[in-house]
Amino acid sequence: MNLGLSGAWLRYPGAADWAMRDVTLEFTPGVHSAVLGPNGAGKSTLLRALAGLLDCDRGAAFIEGEKSADWPRRELARRMAFVSSTEEGAFPVRVREYVGLGRNPYLGSFSPPSEADRAIVGSALERTDMQGLADRYVTNLSAGELQRARVARALAQEPAILLLDEPTAHLDIGHEYAVFDLLSQLVEELSLTIVSVTHNINMASRFASRVVLMRAGAVVADGEPETVLTPEHLGTAYDWPVHTVRPEGLGCVALPVRRPRAGQEAGG
Amino acid sequence: MTVRLPPYPTLFVFLGLAVATGLVTGPAGLGPGDIARALSGEGDAQSRLILLHIRGPRVMAALLVGAALAVSGGLFQALLRNPLAEPYLLGVSSGAALGAVLAIVTGVAAAAGPALPLAALVGGLAAIAVVFRVARVAGRMDTRVLILAGVVTSAFLSACITLILTLGPEEALRTAYFWTLGSLSGISWRMNAILAAYAVPAALLAFRLARDLNALSLGEEAAAALGTEVERTKRAAYVLGSLLAAATVSVAGIIGFVGLVVPHAVRILWGSDHRLVLPLSCLAGAGVVAFADALARGPWGVVEIPIGVVTALVGVPFFLVLLRRGTAA
Repeated sequence: MNLGLSGAWLRYPGAADWAMRDVTLEFTPGVHSAVLGPNGAGKSTLLRALAGLLDCDRGAAFIEGEKSADWPRRELARRMAFVSSTEEGAFPVRVREYVGLGRNPYLGSFSPPSEADRAIVGSALERTDMQGLADRYVTNLSAGELQRARVARALAQEPAILLLDEPTAHLDIGHEYAVFDLLSQLVEELSLTIVSVTHNINMASRFASRVVLMRAGAVVADGEPETVLTPEHLGTAYDWPVHTVRPEGLGCVALPVRRPRAGQEAGG
Repeated sequence: MTVRLPPYPTLFVFLGLAVATGLVTGPAGLGPGDIARALSGEGDAQSRLILLHIRGPRVMAALLVGAALAVSGGLFQALLRNPLAEPYLLGVSSGAALGAVLAIVTGVAAAAGPALPLAALVGGLAAIAVVFRVARVAGRMDTRVLILAGVVTSAFLSACITLILTLGPEEALRTAYFWTLGSLSGISWRMNAILAAYAVPAALLAFRLARDLNALSLGEEAAAALGTEVERTKRAAYVLGSLLAAATVSVAGIIGFVGLVVPHAVRILWGSDHRLVLPLSCLAGAGVVAFADALARGPWGVVEIPIGVVTALVGVPFFLVLLRRGTAA
């Protein structure tokens, strides 16, 4: 299995419920797959299991045929990059240094970055349109710029696989579009295999070739966006009645339907 | 930040000045001329004796202790991802102090020369082991638990020290008090050699961690995704930082602020890359303690000020200025 999970179950220590239950999936190489679902559905758990950051209790996640959790981290970091939207640095660093950390899996303990390493960092900055901000401190970036810097750092790892956990959290619609557009550019030009976890159904429907819809740790629907993002599937997954609209060329928009408040009679 | 000083040349000049100041300072009234003559093998026997057996080993000890404390502080700040962490935060110093106090009160310290540093070392290592054990759950070291465990252990040990000193003989109180303030007097070449044999390899191993510490500063998950074996790195940083701190405390007592201020100042001046921060802290820490020790024993006649007082009185205002400048930039 190139990238996927097989019969994977995972429970956090001390938790009563399974965070992921019996998930079997194989992600398509060279395309962008989006994982959707409500809060607590197990999307991030799935992504972290894929990345080998969490160990499955039963079954396993696989990368290039080997269990993710068994990979030596340094080897894995040359094949797969992981972008989280929550990490925060402890010390002030400049963008170029921050992106340069993506070269870590290639550097020796004492060897300084080579000319080639610097060139790779430079092209990662260029690809994410960050070269003008290379000397800024990461703490002074806007949310959109910071997210681009994270993607640049991931690209500096020269991975074949890119995993992103809510890459557009806290971004406005324009910046959100720009990040997803950048991802599809990476798929087209570098043939990366991308798996993103997101809450944005519209972006997933427009930029992902495949959508995995999750609920309560399990997969509800999996396939092309048009077949997965239906009112029935979405209603089941989000436990809320959903109306979908498909404006010409603008993907799928999901709108929650008004539902009676708790303790009130049905109406409106 | 307007002028960027080249780090290594700047610090080597600083270190050279610190060594020179340390060698010419002391109550014997030897000037630079006497020292130069003694160094070149001329001069009178007494000058040579003072240089070789009193000031020389003392300056050497200052360099080693300062370097070890600064590297230890840099490691703890990276490990705990907190610029306010320092070598004594997690109980090494209290453990060492308890060992020293026990040796002083029981009279073992007065009986045999190396008993006091040995007792301090054992106390420090015991505290490290306890804190490490508490913070390790299911093969993982939780750094938040590590801080709590360290601070609480430290408080407990301090209470033990106070209890023993309250019930113990009065002269022990004074000896113990001055021990905790730190001093570099009376450290022999032999002791220096032991300290170096211990601290130099530990510091070199610490430099090897630099790349992984850079990744760790982004958080454990990000570090793992960047190829760092996180648990191994944290364990190594903790053990090396603690060993360096324990070694310095056992020979020189508690010298505060060096481990906190030096790595921080280095970061403000030359950035947060640990491949620079650790070796530069090593040089800067050595110089700072050598200067502080010269200031502690130089201008006050036969009276010697505890070196911990000097590092705090001079180090803190200097640090505050740097901090203001650093945040303004």
